[in-house]
Amino acid sequence: MSFDVQRVDSVTVIDVKGQLIVGNRQELKQRVLDELEGGARRFLVDFAGTGYIDSSGLGVLVSLSKKIREQGGELRLANLNEDLRTLFELTKLDTLFHIANNRDEALTSF
Amino acid sequence: MDVEPDWFAMAGNLTLELPTDLRTIEIVVESMIERGRNIGFNPDRLRLNLRVGLTEALTNAMLYGNCKDPDKRVRILAQFSPHEINIVVTDEGHGFDPVGVPDPTTPANIRRARGRGIFMIRQLMDHVEYNARGNAVTMKLINGPGGPIAHAS
Repeated sequence: MSFDVQRVDSVTVIDVKGQLIVGNRQELKQRVLDELEGGARRFLVDFAGTGYIDSSGLGVLVSLSKKIREQGGELRLANLNEDLRTLFELTKLDTLFHIANNRDEALTSF
Repeated sequence: MDVEPDWFAMAGNLTLELPTDLRTIEIVVESMIERGRNIGFNPDRLRLNLRVGLTEALTNAMLYGNCKDPDKRVRILAQFSPHEINIVVTDEGHGFDPVGVPDPTTPANIRRARGRGIFMIRQLMDHVEYNARGNAVTMKLINGPGGPIAHAS
């Protein structure tokens, strides 16, 4: 797994490439927390390049969402593939996150 | 003339012993998915159901069963056939009570960072069973067309 971080207007966009799983979830978590510490408040995680997220990866997203909300910010998700959408629906996390079909949709609705 | 692959000849049993090392999980899971493809298993069921079942079972075995102890091992017994895949994942821990695992989708639990792995296994594998000690999980995935969601048992 690797990820790119960029600013698009006021939104910090994180592109996750590869699988977000137990062995690498802490890297993403720490990077987002660093950005939060640096003042960023609006976050978008783009999963266009992500094939799979395991329960640990889902847990990191839940944890980050809470921490960001506590600072008055918001974490949104975009570009979930069919399998990932299924996992979010199964776990009902689709009710917890704002999930956009694509990056533009997510950015314009912030 | 087209020759139908001999799926049964490509099926069989597989045993693996892994160190408690989270980095091995992705490699093993991909290898199992490839093995399933080679015997003609529905790729949708491999890509989602088998991946979830095996990834979560191995994660639980290493994190909570073996408590990340690198000296402890995780054993996998897998039986592949064109009709079904059976996998047993055993750790060296003290075991746990699977009945006591809370539903992570309830309003009280949905904001918790942990506790979704066993739920996901039960939702996506056709049969899930733990041994009495609670340190071995047996999972069955049945082949077939249709959507990726199995009927949880």
